[in-house]
Amino acid sequence: MELTDIIFYIFALVTIGSAMIVVFSRNLVYSAFSLMFTFLGVAGLYVLLLADFLAVTQLMIYVGGILVLMIFGVMLTHRVVNVEISSGAMRVIPATIVVGVFLGTLLLVLTRTKWMVMEGSPDVIGTTSMIGTALVTDYLLPFEVSGVVLLVAIVAAAFMARKR
Amino acid sequence: MLLEYLPLVLVLAVSLIFGIVATNASWLFGPRRPDPEKLSTYESGMTPVRTARQRFSVRFYMVAMLFIVFDIEVVFMYPWAVRFKDLGWFGFWEMLVFVGILMVGYGYIVKKGALEWD
Repeated sequence: MELTDIIFYIFALVTIGSAMIVVFSRNLVYSAFSLMFTFLGVAGLYVLLLADFLAVTQLMIYVGGILVLMIFGVMLTHRVVNVEISSGAMRVIPATIVVGVFLGTLLLVLTRTKWMVMEGSPDVIGTTSMIGTALVTDYLLPFEVSGVVLLVAIVAAAFMARKR
Repeated sequence: MLLEYLPLVLVLAVSLIFGIVATNASWLFGPRRPDPEKLSTYESGMTPVRTARQRFSVRFYMVAMLFIVFDIEVVFMYPWAVRFKDLGWFGFWEMLVFVGILMVGYGYIVKKGALEWD
């Protein structure tokens, strides 16, 4: 087993382990903090995929932004500890069908996809400048459209903030 | 290629070790003569009142929500800034349009008073 493989399994273990704590913890605060390690593990996996900019973005937006938002959200809730998270309704048959279809789709993707395996290590170092160039040349329109999408988000947030 | 992440791994490792050592060293080496006063929650020398897990104002959530939007904006700006000189004036105007669109939103926020605290 190579060093890269070991690092991959460490990050995968961190991601899955903390994700399980998120789901199974009875305390919402523990869940929210555990989510930080899930995001961190995913960022590590991005690094292993040579997507360094994506990894930093993951940390900046998910850990720095969305997680903070979630913790604020938790702090807004009335009861934090020992909340009965699961709803009373137990619909086994619809749940089995939905989960089964989802699992089938995932397995289909997993088996049908032609996974590109790169031999050796590529000489590409740093994707940031390539993304920068692509953003204002080839992907100019999506870039500006994303600006409009962000504008909509700002307006919606400001609108909700003032609507008491 | 992974060798370039060695400093990052070092920072991660040092912070992890420091966190574990710092929190456990006082437990390991410190004398234990507890009394009710010591066992109570430390609140800057004051007697703690109420629970710490109280509900917070929704304003924190609103500020965090607006923060994420501008956080994403920075993410778009960074790769552009890295290639700023190569992209020249076209890239500059391009980014100005992007920031201009978001400035409309910023103006809306200020006008709406979403950043005001009371």
